[in-house]
Amino acid sequence: MIGGLFIYNHKGEVLISRVYRDDIGWALISSTGGRSRRNAVDAFRVNVIHARQQVRSPVTNIARTSFFHVKRSNIWLAAVTKQNVNAAMVFEFLYKMCDVMTAYFGKISEENIKNNFVLIYELLDEILDFGYPQNSETGALKTFITQQGIKSQTKEEQSQITSQVTGQIGWRREGIKYRRNELFLDVLESVNLLMSPQGQVLSAHVSGRVVMKSYLSGMPECKFGMNDKIVIDKQGKGGTTDDSGKSGKQSIAIDDCTFHQCVRLSKFDSERSISFIPPDGEYELMRYRTTKDIILPFRVIPLVREVGRTKLEVKVVIKSNFKPSLLAQKIEVRIPTPLNTSGVQVICMKGKAKYKASENAIVWKIKRMAGMKESQISAEIELLPTNDKKKWARPPISMNFEVPFAPSGLKVRYLKVFEPKLNYSDHDVIKWVRYIGRSGIYETRC
Amino acid sequence: EEAEKRANMPAVSKGDGMRGLAVFISDIRNCKSKEAEIKRINKELANIRSKFKGDKALDGYSKKKYVCKLLFIFLLGHDIDFGHMEAVNLLSSNKYTEKQIGYLFISVLVNSNSELIRLINNAIKNDLSSRNPTFMCLALHCIANVGSREMAEAFAGEIPRILVAGDTMDSVKQSAALCLLRLYKTSPDLVLMGEWTSRVVHLLNDQHMGVVTAAISLITCLSQKNPDEFKTCVSLAVSRLSRIVSSASTDLQDYTYYFVPAPWLSCKLLRLLQCYPPPEDGAVKGRLVECLETILNKAQEPPKSKKVQHSNAKNAILFEAISLIIHYDSEPNLLVRACNQLGQFLQHRETNLRYLALESMCTLASSEFSHEAVKTHIETVINALKTERDVSVRQRAADLLYAMCDRSNAKQIVAEMLSYLETADYSIREEMVLKVAILAEKYAVDYSWYVDTILNLIRIAGDYVSEEVWYRVIQIVINRDDVQGYAAKTVFEALQAPACHENMVKVGGYILGEFGNLIAGDPRSSPLVQFNLLHSKFHLCSVPTRALLLSAYIKFINLFPETKSTIQEVLRSDSQIRNSDVELQQRAVEYLKLSSIASTDVLATVLEEMPPFPERESSILAKLKKKKGPGAVSVNELEEGKREGGELNGGGERGGDSSSTPSPSADLLGLRAGPPVTAAAPSAGSLLVDVFSEAVKQPSPTAFLRLFVCKNNGVLFENQLLQIGIKSEYRQNLGRMYLFYGNKTSVQFVTFTTTVTCPGELQSHILHIHTWNSLEPLIEGGAQVQQVINIECLTDFSDAPLLNIKFRYGGALQNLTLKLPVTINKFFQPTEMASHDFFQRWKQLSLPQQEAQKIFKANHAMDTEVLKAKLLGLGMALLENVDPNPENFVCAGVIQTKAQQVGSLLRLEPNAQAQMYRLTVRSSKDTVSKRLCELLAEQF
Repeated sequence: MIGGLFIYNHKGEVLISRVYRDDIGWALISSTGGRSRRNAVDAFRVNVIHARQQVRSPVTNIARTSFFHVKRSNIWLAAVTKQNVNAAMVFEFLYKMCDVMTAYFGKISEENIKNNFVLIYELLDEILDFGYPQNSETGALKTFITQQGIKSQTKEEQSQITSQVTGQIGWRREGIKYRRNELFLDVLESVNLLMSPQGQVLSAHVSGRVVMKSYLSGMPECKFGMNDKIVIDKQGKGGTTDDSGKSGKQSIAIDDCTFHQCVRLSKFDSERSISFIPPDGEYELMRYRTTKDIILPFRVIPLVREVGRTKLEVKVVIKSNFKPSLLAQKIEVRIPTPLNTSGVQVICMKGKAKYKASENAIVWKIKRMAGMKESQISAEIELLPTNDKKKWARPPISMNFEVPFAPSGLKVRYLKVFEPKLNYSDHDVIKWVRYIGRSGIYETRC
Repeated sequence: EEAEKRANMPAVSKGDGMRGLAVFISDIRNCKSKEAEIKRINKELANIRSKFKGDKALDGYSKKKYVCKLLFIFLLGHDIDFGHMEAVNLLSSNKYTEKQIGYLFISVLVNSNSELIRLINNAIKNDLSSRNPTFMCLALHCIANVGSREMAEAFAGEIPRILVAGDTMDSVKQSAALCLLRLYKTSPDLVLMGEWTSRVVHLLNDQHMGVVTAAISLITCLSQKNPDEFKTCVSLAVSRLSRIVSSASTDLQDYTYYFVPAPWLSCKLLRLLQCYPPPEDGAVKGRLVECLETILNKAQEPPKSKKVQHSNAKNAILFEAISLIIHYDSEPNLLVRACNQLGQFLQHRETNLRYLALESMCTLASSEFSHEAVKTHIETVINALKTERDVSVRQRAADLLYAMCDRSNAKQIVAEMLSYLETADYSIREEMVLKVAILAEKYAVDYSWYVDTILNLIRIAGDYVSEEVWYRVIQIVINRDDVQGYAAKTVFEALQAPACHENMVKVGGYILGEFGNLIAGDPRSSPLVQFNLLHSKFHLCSVPTRALLLSAYIKFINLFPETKSTIQEVLRSDSQIRNSDVELQQRAVEYLKLSSIASTDVLATVLEEMPPFPERESSILAKLKKKKGPGAVSVNELEEGKREGGELNGGGERGGDSSSTPSPSADLLGLRAGPPVTAAAPSAGSLLVDVFSEAVKQPSPTAFLRLFVCKNNGVLFENQLLQIGIKSEYRQNLGRMYLFYGNKTSVQFVTFTTTVTCPGELQSHILHIHTWNSLEPLIEGGAQVQQVINIECLTDFSDAPLLNIKFRYGGALQNLTLKLPVTINKFFQPTEMASHDFFQRWKQLSLPQQEAQKIFKANHAMDTEVLKAKLLGLGMALLENVDPNPENFVCAGVIQTKAQQVGSLLRLEPNAQAQMYRLTVRSSKDTVSKRLCELLAEQF
């Protein structure tokens, strides 16, 4: 169980400190004037934030106390515990906490945290109780932790909140009404790749999320369908066989997935159907990962030639590999340069390329690029002879982009809405679906 | 690093404003995160690379600026792998700031690139030979800062010349001296003073105080290594010191520090003098004593300033002077004065001063001249032990109490230490316990006091009482019958406490088991009561203690037959006889059987009272020594102190010098690799003994030799590492000896070498020895190698050749010197003769010097057969039916030497009643008679 939670700025100053349990040194505070809590706080600052070597592990154990941290821009969130807790749970909580804070006051920055510290303490009181995580659903929290001044609630309202928060469907309150029933569905994927210089895929996977924004009246029952291989195969067997061959191609194999708490897992387990009563507003319906039959939107072909000790010639070709009608955006290729680079000349056919000394890389940016096209950059790198005998390690060339389809091949087949009590049907709901594929770590060795 | 930079940079950037550098540093300081900082640095590095790569040559200023930036980046913790060349270029600049930055970069980022080293050395060489003192200083500082072996190789020859040259500037001389010191410390083999020695010593006379201060550091270091070469510095140092000490506080201007003239120099001079014994020249010595007196006098004067720097400087000199006085240990007057001065410091309000005073007094206490003076401060020291707030000071106070303890104040000190022990810090408790135990034992006037003290010790600090301490009590109680009854009574009372320490139970179990009968007469401590008391503690104790208690129980059965059934019942119970611990179970089973089967007579024999323990060094003392390490003064001093007082235990004679006659304590084997204290301890002849101390098999070294008088084969030497076996044969005046070296460890010995030498006269005239086959330098673990030695006897001799063995075992050099068992009797040819022949010859050898006679007490049982065997082993013929008295033995033989033959006759008359022998040896040469008599007298 989490003993305490601290938020630091980049200098290691404590912005928020909330202690839930005595074991991280709270007990001694009465006698020594808070010295030991300071110890825990300082230990993290000294050993992690200001460590000589950059600390890469998100879990640090100092004097039998575990510190779990996540970093958002320059802000460190650290959960502290003396017990042997489930680390995944702690991190899940920390991420949830980031989401909650973002939902309340936008970007997590030092200024925002300082401006909202009362709110943050209020949230911390609610989402953690004696170190045990509680309801961290933003929608539910927003009903009773508001940023408007204190508004005294009537008895009725209070009991309603209580029954809702402690009830079976804690994430949605009753009596929501919209004039226009509308829902937005985003399939967001990030594709990760490591490729050898010869074009061989060394590892590739897609991690995706289905994010929904729903504005529906009442307590609607929804059902979400996609081209999950298992479901399609099952239907193919049971139903007609007219397009089984086709559906086999179009279905995808999902390696693993997780759902929002609103999804009925029992139903998923038995029928593999995703049915749920959605929360109001924005939420993440599911998360998944696939590793088979991934569409790689770009192919990078590097060519590096060392000319003597003082010169390096680099040529990189990128090929887009999707329907010509689609447009990729925000393309950025990052070509690392040796540490003893003393000068760079770049020529590219498309976009803009620049040598960024501060990052030891050539950065090539292209705004837009259609499918089935190719583009090329060539650079001459001058080197300063050094005394160091060690060779340049040739880090991989990495790439960023955004494409309007799902590289995993996922398709939304349907999303049905039933609300028996109110008189609107599935057809009355306006539905929007959007696919966005982004690059995760998309690297090619050179 | 950053702090260092901050300290350095402003001076540089102010001096000739490198704006770019200042901007860069402020950029870095303003970075919000580590990532931002790294980005900024990468950018700067790329910029510098492009500048260095650029086609147009950089001017000195830019080069300096960029090198500075690189240095700064390096000090921030980033790797720098270029810019060395530019830094080396800066060295050849004529501008001071550029040169300085160049040297700075090179000292910080030394690079082992040989090409660069050559360039750097070249630049340094140029600067050293330039006439510009600042450049020379820069170069010298660079050499000293790098201090590598390559630097030493290149410049070790050059620097002494600069140091002593007449035209060198003072500041350069200072730097040169310190630079040389640094090189000497890193590679002493390369710095050879040789011809420069006397001129370096004369730097002590230099006009410039700075030069003297720098030079004296060098001289002190050099003279520690080869004191003889620098002997002349003593008189110079004394005269320098006396000039400083007697100067008025204003004379030395720049070198007066808060009204104290040249304190650093004075301290260094005093420290240099501590490398040497007191000066022999009376005048010099007088002058030095005068100086020391002046220093002591000055300490009494009222301070000239209230500033702490003033008193610090003054006291530094004073303490250094006192160390010198202690080092000389020959001026009673000064020692006593020093002691009084320290006594004043004992009550000073500065904790540091009190600490230093206690520490110095510890060494003073061991000097015979000042021991009494130190003792007068006992109350203050005891007070310090009780009230000091700092544990390290208390520790010193405890050390001092220990050092000043003698017979007169032992009771008081032991009592105080015991009372302090109850509140003492955990960190020093164990040591305190050991000290109390040793003092109690050493100065015990009556043993009941000793027993009381130790039992108290166990009661107060049982956890810290090591095995050795309670072993020791038991040894003492067993060896002294007058204290046994008292001890039994005391432990019985002590055990009655509801909670007592396990060590107390151990002592109690042992003592009651042995001497419980002495208090059994009292109905309050009847046998059954005793047993029940012990057994009530049984279940709370650990296995070893339980085992000890079981032994005590079986002893009870012997002492008090009436307890037999009770004890058998206990032994028979499942918790004993089926105990899961093998040792306990075995004891229970065996004791039970023993008590039920054996008759009372057998029981009484088996369970007899323990015999007195043989004498040995106190294991407690050994333990304390081990704790302190060999360098600890106080313990060694204590040993010394032990010699002086005729204490209870110090009755034995102290080891005599190792003269030609093998006295029992003569250190013939040179085995005592440890501090000499170890050697002195056993011969200090403590009446008390120590059974349990580690039984290192090292009988008196001569014992080996003695063993071989009458036999030719056997084990010559053995310790944990090495065993040396010997096999020898003799014919006429020739002998051949086989030595077998066995490695007892599993690790190989390397560089194993042996040499045989004949000390003194033995060398050329008397005995001719050469070794045959040389040994392999390696002995594998568990292996044995053989060596053959040929011996030729030229004339008669009395000493024995020495065998020196050197080898490395696990890196540590082992050095052994043994005497080879070659004695004159080895060259005997037995001569058979009839009775009347014998007496005829006996009468022929009637000159008084031809006869040697000895009457001595028998060391061994007087067994005729054994005596015969020994006499035969001697090499002479044992003549039967010659002497009218059949109890007597007569022998005859001829000693074969190359020069002559020496006929010898021997008569041994045992007196069984008096356990005495009379031995008479007559031979044609007086030295032979004497030697044979000596050799034989030790045999029977």
